[in-house]
Amino acid sequence: MTTTDHELPTRSTGIAVIEEHPVENPGFPPVRPRVTDLDPKKEKGQERRIVALFFVSIIGSVLAIAAYIVFPIVPGDMLSVRLNTMLFGVGIALALLAIGFGVVHWSKALMHGHDLVEERHETRGSEATRERAVEIFHEANEESGFTRRRLLRNTLITAAVVAPLPAVVALRDLAPMEPPYDLLKHTVWKEGTRLTRDPSGTPIRAADVTLGSAFHVIPEGLNDLPDALEQKAKAAVLLMRLKPEDLHVSPGREDWNYQGIVAYSKICTHVGCPVALYEQQTHHLLCPCHQSQFDITQEAKVIFGPAKRPLPQLPITVDKDGYLIAQSDFTEPVGPSFWERVL
Amino acid sequence: MNVKKQRKRGRRHPLATVALIVLGLVGTGGAYALATIPAGAQTGTVAQGSVEEGQALFAANCATCHGLDLQGTEDGPTLLGVGAAAVDFQVGTGRMPLAQSGPQAQTKPVQFTQEQIESLAQYVASVSPGPAIPSDELLASGDDIALGGEIFRINCAMCHNVAGAGGALTEGKYAPPLTGVTPAHIYEAMLTGPQNMPVFNDDNITPENKANVIAYLKSIENTTTPGGLDLGALGPVSEGLFVWIGALGIIVAITVWLTAKSN
Repeated sequence: MTTTDHELPTRSTGIAVIEEHPVENPGFPPVRPRVTDLDPKKEKGQERRIVALFFVSIIGSVLAIAAYIVFPIVPGDMLSVRLNTMLFGVGIALALLAIGFGVVHWSKALMHGHDLVEERHETRGSEATRERAVEIFHEANEESGFTRRRLLRNTLITAAVVAPLPAVVALRDLAPMEPPYDLLKHTVWKEGTRLTRDPSGTPIRAADVTLGSAFHVIPEGLNDLPDALEQKAKAAVLLMRLKPEDLHVSPGREDWNYQGIVAYSKICTHVGCPVALYEQQTHHLLCPCHQSQFDITQEAKVIFGPAKRPLPQLPITVDKDGYLIAQSDFTEPVGPSFWERVL
Repeated sequence: MNVKKQRKRGRRHPLATVALIVLGLVGTGGAYALATIPAGAQTGTVAQGSVEEGQALFAANCATCHGLDLQGTEDGPTLLGVGAAAVDFQVGTGRMPLAQSGPQAQTKPVQFTQEQIESLAQYVASVSPGPAIPSDELLASGDDIALGGEIFRINCAMCHNVAGAGGALTEGKYAPPLTGVTPAHIYEAMLTGPQNMPVFNDDNITPENKANVIAYLKSIENTTTPGGLDLGALGPVSEGLFVWIGALGIIVAITVWLTAKSN
């Protein structure tokens, strides 16, 4: 060997350590005999302990059966259900846990504890196996004529490509036929719809809504709709009465409240939870899901939390009989934002 | 000049100030003890108050904040039109007289006898009319627990929790738990809207339906649940804490034991 050989850079082996200081195989930790290896008395003691655990398991199983018979479920008596399920479950849990703990403790304390190595087999197959595999491919090709009968092969490939197409056509129908954002833009509120109590559906007179009141409101006739729940999810309204001088009304909304009675969508503009925690002294509305807060005196402006837009206001007035009615639908989509929403 | 000052100082006994303070303390303490006879003293008798007694009690205990004519001051709202129901609720649950100002009035041991509360209620109602204390027959008349539950879930559960366990509001305020509250106090709270609770007047929730709500609350309070421990009935918060700390802790402990070498 010459000196020039020595100066050549060593070839990388793909290990990011300098070859002069490779990671050393730490080997096995020193064998530390267990007390059960050294003292036959202790071994006997552990054995008894495991036997005891198995006995506990047997007792647990018997207890479960006994409890099931002694504490039967009496129809109509909730306490009997609780006792039955609890004691039956405790018995079964005892039975299974004790078996598990016993078996694991057996293996850890009594079975031999020396370390051993199992080498992984090679990833690469033997030469003979590899040659035989290639041979099989050739044989199959020859027998089937896959490369020889080209028309047969190509029609098979085409058929396989076309086969998933029916599924694609069918999956296309999973998307709604009409654009969903049209549904999101409208609710069942329209001009003249009476505000009614949830759940009875009885109309509300302006005089019923005293100062400090909060009414949970659904549109009239909602309960008769076939999709009442879907519609309620968009049309639910909270009705509150404040002193008219407490309301800060922006231009264009002067006639949206009726003598301090205001109606706001109950659907949070963050992710659509019902916002209904109304504090009648601070006039704050709190959403229970993510703690967004809306100030009713400032047209439900967001004063805290993740919501980005104020709650939509429902313009209301009274009809000739004194009942509260909507002047129109909401003037903007209710609930959380969506891609097609025009701000 | 100098002589005059000395004489002035010499006129009072050195302990005069101390004596005056002691006298004042004993006087107010005695008057307070007289005005607030312990609640146990007169229970069992039929509570009968009088407007005159109520007026005296009001002037002594309430007028500082609510004004001598119930007109309200900067420290307390007007009581005109709140009615006997509001007085019975606020004083009967110990919320009033207020111990200290804070996010909201706390319940504490009741400070007046039932008779004194009746007197106060009669006086406040005599000045200006308002909601009355509900009768026992009305409170016990709720027989549609299912309807009561539906009304409770729509109007009350968002703050008071679906099991009536109460819940947090903003800035230190909270909706109190409804367990252990007397039917009359529940009814009066709905009717008068104490503090930040909205008013649910008889046009919003009829008296019969208020009784149904009370029947529902009492039924969930008194019915044994098959589930055992309800962990405060607070829902995912307490249950999640229990599972994450308790159950996962046990799983981690077992895993550590499984992989540890035996000694």
